[in-house]
Amino acid sequence: MRPFVYARADSAQTALLANSTAQPRTVASVHAASQYIAGGTTVTDLMKLDVMRPERLTDINSLERTPSGQIEFGARGLWLGALVRMAQAADHREVRRNYPVIAQSLDLAASPQIRNMASLGGNVLQRTRCTYFRDTSYGSCNKREPGSGCAAMDGFNRSHAVLGTSDHCIASYPGDFGQALIALDAQVEIAGEHGTRTIPFAGLHRPPADSPHIETNLKPGELILAFMIPPLPFARRSLFLKIRDRQSYEFALASAAVALDLQNGSVREVRIALGGVSALPWRARGAEAYLKGKAPDEATLNRAAEAAFADANAREHNAFKIPLGKLTLVRALRQAATMEL
Amino acid sequence: MVSSVAMTLLERARAESTAPRERAADPQAPVSMSLRINDSEYRLAIDARTSLLDALREHVGLTGTKKGCDHGQCGACTVLMDGKRVLSCMSFAIMAEGHSVTTIEGLAKNGELHPMQQAFIDHDAFQCGYCTPGQIMSAVACVNEGHAETDADIREYMSGNICRCAAYPNIVDAIKQAKPKMKEA
Repeated sequence: MRPFVYARADSAQTALLANSTAQPRTVASVHAASQYIAGGTTVTDLMKLDVMRPERLTDINSLERTPSGQIEFGARGLWLGALVRMAQAADHREVRRNYPVIAQSLDLAASPQIRNMASLGGNVLQRTRCTYFRDTSYGSCNKREPGSGCAAMDGFNRSHAVLGTSDHCIASYPGDFGQALIALDAQVEIAGEHGTRTIPFAGLHRPPADSPHIETNLKPGELILAFMIPPLPFARRSLFLKIRDRQSYEFALASAAVALDLQNGSVREVRIALGGVSALPWRARGAEAYLKGKAPDEATLNRAAEAAFADANAREHNAFKIPLGKLTLVRALRQAATMEL
Repeated sequence: MVSSVAMTLLERARAESTAPRERAADPQAPVSMSLRINDSEYRLAIDARTSLLDALREHVGLTGTKKGCDHGQCGACTVLMDGKRVLSCMSFAIMAEGHSVTTIEGLAKNGELHPMQQAFIDHDAFQCGYCTPGQIMSAVACVNEGHAETDADIREYMSGNICRCAAYPNIVDAIKQAKPKMKEA
């Protein structure tokens, strides 16, 4: 591992200061010289692999003592501080009751140890598990070395994405929690050198397009403070279904985050996000639009799933994700429709 | 509620705006730190890159905690931080300052094994034993978290600890034996 300077920040302001003084005005990327560290479960891993090479780490764990360490549930929705640990949010009573899809997306992710460490802010920024990204002995990875090509394109791409990819990158977004957030129209509170700003979670991640090394719309040095989920009474009828190679402690091959508002047997509103199959948190708006106003019978659910994967693009080893993703979505919607509330 | 919380944070941030605490300007220079491990204080001056795991094993001399994958995938390095199970390979030692670390060496009290240690012996819950310290630390936390109610629960909440000898059924049995005894203790 390369040497770095360690600093500790006790407020968002000092964290930003620490980062901005050390940071040239470059685009935030894997090669940014200054990085924040909270749980450390992504950063330490990628530093050991020499994929991330920060010269400076700013420890933001003390922000736990600010609102960024808190969970609040009230009339205006749910506030999830960015320094809240995955396990804390997953075990929170109001989260479990009012937004089961959030609690489940966290519970089904990683291991109990990692869930005790990893912060929610770090969780949404976790990097892809693409082998060609993580292993620096491969020369071609547009995410790691811009312009170097994509070894996954014709390599072992069984775990790769079929939605939202580009000719430059087919890496899959590994997170589960991000799928719940995008499904529920969450907002992100971000601190920057000119104060705070709020953006839709759907605008946080960027599709790979021709610059897969730029993964988010965060400006250099910006820091996620919290996620805000609007009040959504029908989110009690929501769930996260995760299909994977082994029963536990594994990334999704396909997942579906769904929330369903049923009125007299037909769909009044529905939210769908698809994980394991996409290059970034992925909202299936086409499938949502198709379902609205219809009774969620088997044929309708199947057609919604067709709509969700209409633009899917497979490579040699990941074509199975298209039928698997459809089946996952149908099963998730069927389960949501029959949930006892 | 939501926006007022944000305001509070901003105001607080402005009020507290001071330079961050620098540890060392020279990244190669050793960093001094104080770690609380098994109720003892240790003062160390080590490279900032040192993981908590390496600090425990190489600098404090507590070699009970094991290094398996060193990438957070196997659970062999599990320790308790303020009572919660974490992976010591996935954080830097300096980040443990101000927290209380418990390792496998800290479980036995007054020469008597912790009920979970005894249960692992009673149920032959290991073969080679390399993953065992991590398994035991994780098992203690699993019970304390209330995640050891059923066999399925135990299997799910112990899934972060891999055993290449596949002693899993015996580990489940050991946890079931230790659980009521931990409540008595």
